[in-house]
Amino acid sequence: MINSLFIINNSGDIFMEKHWKSVINKSVCDYFFEAQEKAASPDDVPPVINTPHHYLISIYRNQLYFVAVVTTEVPPLFVIEFLHRVVETFEDYFSECNETIIKDNFVIVYELLEEMLDNGFPLATESNILKELIRPPNIIRTVVNSVIGGTNVSDQLPTGQLSNVPWRRSGVKYTNNEAYFDVIEEVDAIIDKSGSLVFAEIQGYIDCCIKLSGMPDLTMSFMNHRLLDDVSFHPCVRYKRWESERIISFVPPDGNFRLTSYHIGSQSMVAIPIYVRPQMSFKDSGGRFDLTVGPKQTMGKTVDNVVIKAELPKVVLNVNLTATQGNHTFDPVNKTLTWEVGKINPQKLPSIKGSMNLQSGSPPPEANPSITVQFTIQQLAISGLKVNRLDMYGEKYKPFKGVKYLTKAGKFQVRT
Amino acid sequence: MAHNSTEHRSYANERPASLSGSGETTDIATDPASGGIFAADYKKHEDLKQMLDSNKDNLKLEAMKRIIGMVAKGKDASDLFAAVVKNVVSKKIEIKKLVYVYLVRYAEEQQDLALLSISTFQKGLKDPNQLIRASALRVLSSIRVPVIVPIMMLAIKEAVNDMSPYVRKTAAHAIPKLYCLDPELKEQLIEVIEKLLSDKTTLVAGSVVYSFEEVCPERIDLIHKSYRKLCNLLIDVEEWGQVVIINMLTRYSRTQFLDPNAGEAVAEDLPENFYGSDDSDKEETNEAVVVNVKKPYVMDSDHRLLLRNCKPLLQSRNAAVVMAVAQLYHHIAPKSEVGIVAKPLVRLLRSHREVQSIVLSNIATMSAKRRGMFEPFLKSFFVRANDPTHIRLLKLEILTNLASETSISTILREFQTYVTSADKNFVAATIQAIGRCASNIAEVTDTCLNGLMGLMSNRDESVVGESVVVMKKLLQMNPTEHKEIIRHLARLTESISVPMARASILWLIGEYSDRVPKIAPDVLRKMAKTFITEEDIVKLQILNLGAKLYLTNSKQTKLLCQYVLNLAKYDQNYDIRDRARFLRQLLFPSEKGGALNKHAKKMFLASKPAPVLESQFKDRDQFQLGSLSHIINSKTIGYHELPEFPEEAPDPTVRNVEMPAPWDEPMSTGKIFKKMKPRKFYSSDEAEESNSESGSDSSDSSTTSSDSDSDSDSSSDEESEEEEKRKVRKKKRVVTKLDEDESIESNSDSSSSSSSSSSSDSDSSEESSEESDSDENEKIKLQPKTKTKPVASPKREGKKHKSSDKTQQSQVQLLDFDDIGSPPSTVTNHIQDQSVLVPVLSSDLQGLSLNNVGNISVTTAMKSPTQTHELLNRMHGQGLSAVYRFTRGTCIYSTTMVPIELTITNTSDVVIKCIKMGETKLKGDMKIHQFQEIPSLAVGKSVNTSLGIDFADTTQPANFEICTETRKFNVTINAPGRSKLRGMNENIGKVEIPAANNERKKIIECIADVANVQVVPLSDLEEQVYRLAGRTASTGALCLVSVKSNDSGEGSITVNCEKMVIGNMLVKDIKNSLSKVK
Repeated sequence: MINSLFIINNSGDIFMEKHWKSVINKSVCDYFFEAQEKAASPDDVPPVINTPHHYLISIYRNQLYFVAVVTTEVPPLFVIEFLHRVVETFEDYFSECNETIIKDNFVIVYELLEEMLDNGFPLATESNILKELIRPPNIIRTVVNSVIGGTNVSDQLPTGQLSNVPWRRSGVKYTNNEAYFDVIEEVDAIIDKSGSLVFAEIQGYIDCCIKLSGMPDLTMSFMNHRLLDDVSFHPCVRYKRWESERIISFVPPDGNFRLTSYHIGSQSMVAIPIYVRPQMSFKDSGGRFDLTVGPKQTMGKTVDNVVIKAELPKVVLNVNLTATQGNHTFDPVNKTLTWEVGKINPQKLPSIKGSMNLQSGSPPPEANPSITVQFTIQQLAISGLKVNRLDMYGEKYKPFKGVKYLTKAGKFQVRT
Repeated sequence: MAHNSTEHRSYANERPASLSGSGETTDIATDPASGGIFAADYKKHEDLKQMLDSNKDNLKLEAMKRIIGMVAKGKDASDLFAAVVKNVVSKKIEIKKLVYVYLVRYAEEQQDLALLSISTFQKGLKDPNQLIRASALRVLSSIRVPVIVPIMMLAIKEAVNDMSPYVRKTAAHAIPKLYCLDPELKEQLIEVIEKLLSDKTTLVAGSVVYSFEEVCPERIDLIHKSYRKLCNLLIDVEEWGQVVIINMLTRYSRTQFLDPNAGEAVAEDLPENFYGSDDSDKEETNEAVVVNVKKPYVMDSDHRLLLRNCKPLLQSRNAAVVMAVAQLYHHIAPKSEVGIVAKPLVRLLRSHREVQSIVLSNIATMSAKRRGMFEPFLKSFFVRANDPTHIRLLKLEILTNLASETSISTILREFQTYVTSADKNFVAATIQAIGRCASNIAEVTDTCLNGLMGLMSNRDESVVGESVVVMKKLLQMNPTEHKEIIRHLARLTESISVPMARASILWLIGEYSDRVPKIAPDVLRKMAKTFITEEDIVKLQILNLGAKLYLTNSKQTKLLCQYVLNLAKYDQNYDIRDRARFLRQLLFPSEKGGALNKHAKKMFLASKPAPVLESQFKDRDQFQLGSLSHIINSKTIGYHELPEFPEEAPDPTVRNVEMPAPWDEPMSTGKIFKKMKPRKFYSSDEAEESNSESGSDSSDSSTTSSDSDSDSDSSSDEESEEEEKRKVRKKKRVVTKLDEDESIESNSDSSSSSSSSSSSDSDSSEESSEESDSDENEKIKLQPKTKTKPVASPKREGKKHKSSDKTQQSQVQLLDFDDIGSPPSTVTNHIQDQSVLVPVLSSDLQGLSLNNVGNISVTTAMKSPTQTHELLNRMHGQGLSAVYRFTRGTCIYSTTMVPIELTITNTSDVVIKCIKMGETKLKGDMKIHQFQEIPSLAVGKSVNTSLGIDFADTTQPANFEICTETRKFNVTINAPGRSKLRGMNENIGKVEIPAANNERKKIIECIADVANVQVVPLSDLEEQVYRLAGRTASTGALCLVSVKSNDSGEGSITVNCEKMVIGNMLVKDIKNSLSKVK
């Protein structure tokens, strides 16, 4: 399975390596660098690279490449999924995952990697088990450790690994028992020139923050579970219960985790909460840019944190725009216009207009750029999904329960 | 340091390919120029070494941290090996762990020194704590030192029989490591794998299949017996294991089951290029035809089982699992069912870029074959503005595959926007895609051609070039109708500079010169002018054009053609020179040759078949979907070809499983040690799903709940979890949960769901609820039916050892060290009774000192703990009575707690409400986990609930109150007696005792000659059994010797000792000593 892992930063330094089998020379990464050079952007590096003796499977996250080296047949998704799990574990431990953090926490990182794979095969990837084995750093512990020379390696043996609920650590205790659920929906859409919808779908998540003592057994039911016909679950969810009763029944892991993600496909009706009317024209002398944003189907909620991004054609040298609200910036290097609109007031629609300076001599661009839109809407799940009730069994206390809804733009794109 | 550097050098040549990242120092010793760096390193490492040698733990730790930092950065730290390896014995677990990490990294390079650490791990292998055993095995097997292969083999063989599934899992992981180190052990390892394959725990399943795939993937026959079990366990296996198992089972199914689509294969060939009907309809009709024509295909029930059990995994959050199920369906499911995987696959597209990329490649392959499946999701494959190029290309590929009459207009509209993209590769690919759509769907060919013509005016060269190339292919299919286009293209020769496009145009003109008779010679004329500046590919086409024109229109073009041939004669490229020479001979033959001349026309102007525009993913479907080979489109090392379905179904009965699992067979019978209670673990009948996994080994009383030892055995939980899920699967689960069971519910659903079901049924009887509990708690007496075969020979934690010597069949046994002070001679009932009270055993064997060796006595197996103790008398409780028993399972609340089952019965004539636990009066560190409140208990009914008490290793009773709505009752649960169980190796030897020695004194003398052991007073003189005990000097391992003899001089020696070797030696020595006449 996975022989080695190299972590490489954007400037091409291999700043960390870990081997689970015999050591593989880091020169194998040269093949990776080769592929990286060919790629137009970091995102374009092919995830699987074939070299004479090894296969390199890489992911790119947080400006870092995680390159796994394998020598034999292995499902590539297996490795990719694992690498992402590694990054998520680091993020879970250090709250973010970047070069500095990894370098600062070499020992923990190394211990984590050691526990996560045995001979290249995943061993413990549940964050709750890992946390039993290796405690995540926090400020107090760091201070204490530096004084008394302790480490983050737990003295305890991880019993969680042996339990039937490996995702939950045993002996959890909280003074305030709380369970928070965030129903987050992301709207992906492509809207064409004329403003009509080409395609839209919703990707939803239920993220939880569960701080409950003991071994609670939770069930969650929905007002309109019919919406959820394409769902994936955290392993703690009992599949059969869902299939027969459409109830999510689970013993939650401790802490933050993603309970469910669901997908509402393009076949169903998806409400589009915002419209964008761009107008662009290019002439030899220069171009005009005019754009208006407004709310559409928002179910009475306000659209907030609106950000409009347009990648203008390469010939645009500079822009001279005035907006009715918010700030706008133009990055002349990658020609990106960013307009932070903020809240949309339906009475007074925000708009931005002005002129563009074009490179003299070059012909006006043929195609208009596409515009990406970001927004959030609080207290609304755009699909209409609602949690009906949440019940807890198995423990006696009354937990505090909360559900929050949020809709935001996913890959929301307007063609011009 | 000096020592180390020589050490270092002497191993330098034994370290092939391992010098990565160690560049600075590895060759320094031989490289004087780098002496400076060496010196600096020398100093730096020196202080690390000092820190490691110090006796302060925190200094050591600091040093280890810095060393690990070096290892992580890829710097060489191998010269510290000796200093580091010493610390392997460190008491501090942090240091130990870091040393392990270091050791695994460098042991390969410093083999001799690494051997120093081996003994530590060997000791760890015998540790009572399963986690320590497992981690010792893990590190031991990760040290790639060939010398220790025999030790590893032995350790694996032992661990395979370990009662902890976690250790067995680690053993499964160790197998490929050992195989890697010494492939000659394959046969032996296969035996081990075979044994592990019959394991019934989810923890082990994934790992053993992984090692199966690594070691002996060709031995598909090993899977037969475990096939159904694997299918059933699948859903509960951890996600990584699921992937491996599903992939393996796909291959298995291909060898064992018939092709579910066999009948359709013939019918399918036709409509491949023929898009006359809607795809889904087509499939249905095909199926209908199959049913009518062929004899009906009946799917093997095992085949169905696999498909059914995999289906829920499509909802896994792990993309690899979803993909694995998808490929399973793609490869082995009937056509009509494959459709269900489409939606989950499309869902994965929202995941990370890398996941997207792999999933799209797989969808591309699938969609080429099964268009209908993804058609509803067409729009999900529309290209987004921020998709990276390789993803865009994959999406295009899929869109093209999906194009049909109904969807083509949508797709073409979409393509229109794509051709304006700034990403030129993408635009080119889009044009090709348009070409493919046009060629596949006759209705839109004209539209597409017109569209492509429109692109001719594009300002971008590459776009125009690509369009020309595509148009050439399209025109070839139907040239007569498109004279205009050919003419238009001919005009473009002047403006287009993309070589491929120019070549295409020239070819077109040459091929269809009869349709543009006037333009063609003119084009040749112009080309002749620019011949020398053209690209090679264009030159070749100019030559072709010349030849073809000469053949059709020799009058006008003869000179031109000769001119071009002359130019080509002196070209730099030998291909062009060759071509020119060939054409000249063919067209303008000299006197001698010329046999071919008359065929020239046939050769050049033969009608050429139109190219079939094919997907570049076409040939990928030879590989198993989801595999690495599929992605890189070539066979990888270790790729197993997916076999075709067999013509005739192999015998399905091979998958029938009889009981019991192999290792539960009695190994030998201990004579002194009476049989332990038969263990139920692993012995349940697989076929009877309802009661499978009903056993658990938790009651093997090896588990302890003391603070010092968290050696809790999870298998009970695990089994019950499995069982629970199975029950859910069978929809037996009772939805309404009673409150009193909630506390159990969270941990071991089996007991609660079953007991709640029994208690929610109005006619619940005590027995039924007890029975359901006993599922978990293993009460043989109550469940005679579900017991299949009582299996003898209990085994203990990894102490089993198969000696090669048959006569010395060693056996794992249970010893029960009774409480100090209990009468040593009571081997029997007294202890049994007491042991009933001992669900959990504290474990500190070291606490025994020599003088109480005499107290060590041997018990029979403990009875299953059916005995109940009264907690609350019905008289005192005013009708409320309560009894408790120690279930001996692992406590679900905490590993240190003793699980207690409480049966509360209402014998009064009113309903008792709100039965709950009141105030507790606990001493010291004791803890209690309350049972769930019982809202009401009807008259005459009883209810089972459970609570957990942590006695904190004291013998203090736990006092607490049971409250009802109106009353409170003080009750007391006494701490269970403490004793301990440790496994020992038993070695048995037979001996002829000479008459001279055959008397008590002599025998004891003889034994004492060999070893310093004390006579244990309980020796039964009448039967002439002599028992002696001692312990080894250093580790204090206990050793029991029993010698039995009869008057005729036949004697048997039994030695039980933790140390296998010592036991073995002792038997031998005693044998010698006894048989010798002094």
